[in-house]
Amino acid sequence: MELDPVILSRIQFAFVISFHIIFPAFTIGLAAWLATIEGARLFTGNALYRRVFDFWIKVFAVSFGMGVVTGIVMAFQFGTNWSVLAAKTGSIQGPLLGYEAFTAFMLEATFFGVMLLGRERVSPRFYFFACCMVSLGTMFSSFWILANNSWMQVPLGHEIVDGKIVPADWMQIVLGPVQMVRWPHMLLAAFLTSAMCVAATGAWYTLRGVHRDEGRVMLHWGLGLVAVLIPVQLFFGHLTGLYVLKHQPAKFAAIEARWKNEQPASEVLIAWPDEANERNLFAITVPKLGSMIASGNWTSAEVGLESFPKEDRPPVVIPFFAFRIMVGMGLLMLAVSWFGNFLRWRGQLETQRWFLWCTYLSFPTGFVAVLTGWYTAEVGRQPWVVYGLLRTRDAVTPSLTTGDVAFSLAGYVLVYAVVYSFGLYYIYSLLRDGPGPDATPVAVRGATGSRPLAFAGHADTATGRAGRQQP
Amino acid sequence: MSELQASDLALFWAGVIALAIMVYVILDGFDLGVGILFGTTTDEAKRVSMMNTIAPFWDGNETWLVIVGAGLFATFPTVYAVFLSAFYIPVLLLLFGLIFRGVAFEFRYRSQRLRWLWDGGFFIGSIVVAFVQGAAVGAMMRGIRVVDGQYAGGSFDWLHPFAVLTGIGLVFGYALLGAGWIVLKSDGALRDWAYARIGWLLVIVFAIIAAAFATVLSVDTGAVAQGHLAGRAWGWVFPLLGVVALLGAAWAARARRDAWPLACTALFFVSAFLTLGVMFWPYMVPYAITVANAAAPEASLQFLFYGGVVVLPVIAIYTIGVYWVFRGKVSGGYG
Repeated sequence: MELDPVILSRIQFAFVISFHIIFPAFTIGLAAWLATIEGARLFTGNALYRRVFDFWIKVFAVSFGMGVVTGIVMAFQFGTNWSVLAAKTGSIQGPLLGYEAFTAFMLEATFFGVMLLGRERVSPRFYFFACCMVSLGTMFSSFWILANNSWMQVPLGHEIVDGKIVPADWMQIVLGPVQMVRWPHMLLAAFLTSAMCVAATGAWYTLRGVHRDEGRVMLHWGLGLVAVLIPVQLFFGHLTGLYVLKHQPAKFAAIEARWKNEQPASEVLIAWPDEANERNLFAITVPKLGSMIASGNWTSAEVGLESFPKEDRPPVVIPFFAFRIMVGMGLLMLAVSWFGNFLRWRGQLETQRWFLWCTYLSFPTGFVAVLTGWYTAEVGRQPWVVYGLLRTRDAVTPSLTTGDVAFSLAGYVLVYAVVYSFGLYYIYSLLRDGPGPDATPVAVRGATGSRPLAFAGHADTATGRAGRQQP
Repeated sequence: MSELQASDLALFWAGVIALAIMVYVILDGFDLGVGILFGTTTDEAKRVSMMNTIAPFWDGNETWLVIVGAGLFATFPTVYAVFLSAFYIPVLLLLFGLIFRGVAFEFRYRSQRLRWLWDGGFFIGSIVVAFVQGAAVGAMMRGIRVVDGQYAGGSFDWLHPFAVLTGIGLVFGYALLGAGWIVLKSDGALRDWAYARIGWLLVIVFAIIAAAFATVLSVDTGAVAQGHLAGRAWGWVFPLLGVVALLGAAWAARARRDAWPLACTALFFVSAFLTLGVMFWPYMVPYAITVANAAAPEASLQFLFYGGVVVLPVIAIYTIGVYWVFRGKVSGGYG
């Protein structure tokens, strides 16, 4: 593989967006979790829920802050490295991403501030309402991002004028059928990611014998939510697969590592795809299952990569493995959550240490599934940046040199390494220390809705567990 | 190309973006300036107080930069594409600077051993952000090479001696805004310290403006003469206003009127901005792409308009609200 501005820009985009996406995915789920637990407190009056809430809102604040910092970088990537894409599709992608920015600002300027600072200043019902609005806001934010990406996957509602791709029907662009499948898929992924983290944190405390009551709430709620949501997610995953089959058959063939047209088609469970020779090494296949998965019967013909000209084929190895890892994570979540609820029904959830270890160690499953799912979608879309309309290699900024992008990529790696290791250590410390003894009213001057990191820091000091004095 | 007439919506969005740039320059200008002055003292008490004067505001100030970026992408995608390609390296440095500055506010208090790293990041990040913004303005005054709607120059075209001069100028200009802000928000030793710096900063800013002017007249006439200031005599009212504003700042520092150095410096920045506006209009990317050429189709401008008329006033009210809540001098500190 030759290093040119195109491949380096792709690596750079993959790098900065991978580090960005894990925070929004986490905060979308946490916002919903916080609204849920605050609702539970409001309707039961149980102070335990308040302690759990006060703990997770700090983690939420730090994640939100990290998401904002890495998000600013994303706002400039399209212009710096993909200026042809920006100029040709900006009149569609620009307003969609503009609405995302507007949504995020509205949130910061309104209910997020109430959520962080207004506990003692508004009525409990209004506070709960603010939590719900923040959760709704994070979901709307993801809606615009997914609308934009879904349009890049399956462009609809556009026309081409003077070589530029311009909007013709906003309804189709924003509310297309693909978006209606992919947005819920992403939302559920975010909910599952956070629910697994909540459950894992609960398992961690239970294993260590600390914060027993809070830990039990986290463990039970987390595993309960995952158990309910995971079948729904598998269903939406299936619907997502159907849109790929219909609109992006080459991507589907790459995910299946199906080189030849087959009737009936077999299913490759695992293999090493050999792209040079267009075959699979060490393959384990199940006859006829491929037809069943794609078309719902045992006899249908399925398209292989040979049906597509070489210049229109996506890479195979990454979508093939990324997809299998994603599905594997989903099945792992299914196993952990359902078995966990079985143990809970037997009253053994807190005593089976081996299972608590399994739950604790499965905290990254959601993150891994989110990332590999996106790799499947994005790498599988290649060689197109806007499917069927604009090739990735034609979208890159023409004035870029290899040296420019090598320099910027090295810079991003270095800067993110420093900032991330610190930020992640910060979140780790918050999780390790756990909830406070009681719900101390937190008066924070200096923190605003747009400065959430400050909130977590002050909440720490106010409950006396930070150990480090703020001046 | 430029005989195209810009539509009302295109003018509306160009106005919104121009206003957002101006608000950004003044608001982030003073907190970047505080960051620059931060590095010129090692006194921990002063450093903490200086950070406290901007702690509740800096992040909201940067919101306006994101509005500029997102707004350009949505409503003038060609400008967004050309501008970010032409300033690839400066934009990269700007982002790194902003990231290090942003996290320094929280991380410096969580780490004793690594505090030097976050303090250094805060100081150098502020300088880098100010410098690349100033250099970009200088490079724009010289014009940007565009072919077929895409940037056609090299990665370091922006790094011309004239742009280096404007870059350094903006570092000191922001420092002046920062000193004005500290004077407004503090008292005691810190305020005296800031007052003492305003005089020096004014002298340097004047010197750099004179040097830039001399460069334009003697060495670099060709490039900047493309600007329209020569053909729009009435436009000279703005640079004159700028000079008056700087003199006003000098007077205010001498008379120790706490609110006025900042107000006068802000007025100077407004006049500088309007001067550039007279030079560039109707170009958005000088001297290649006009407002009318660059505007997205009406359908896009219209679609975002609905969101804009709701969100932009809310952001404006929120900004004013935060400044109101944290009004007055910082004595105990916001923390």
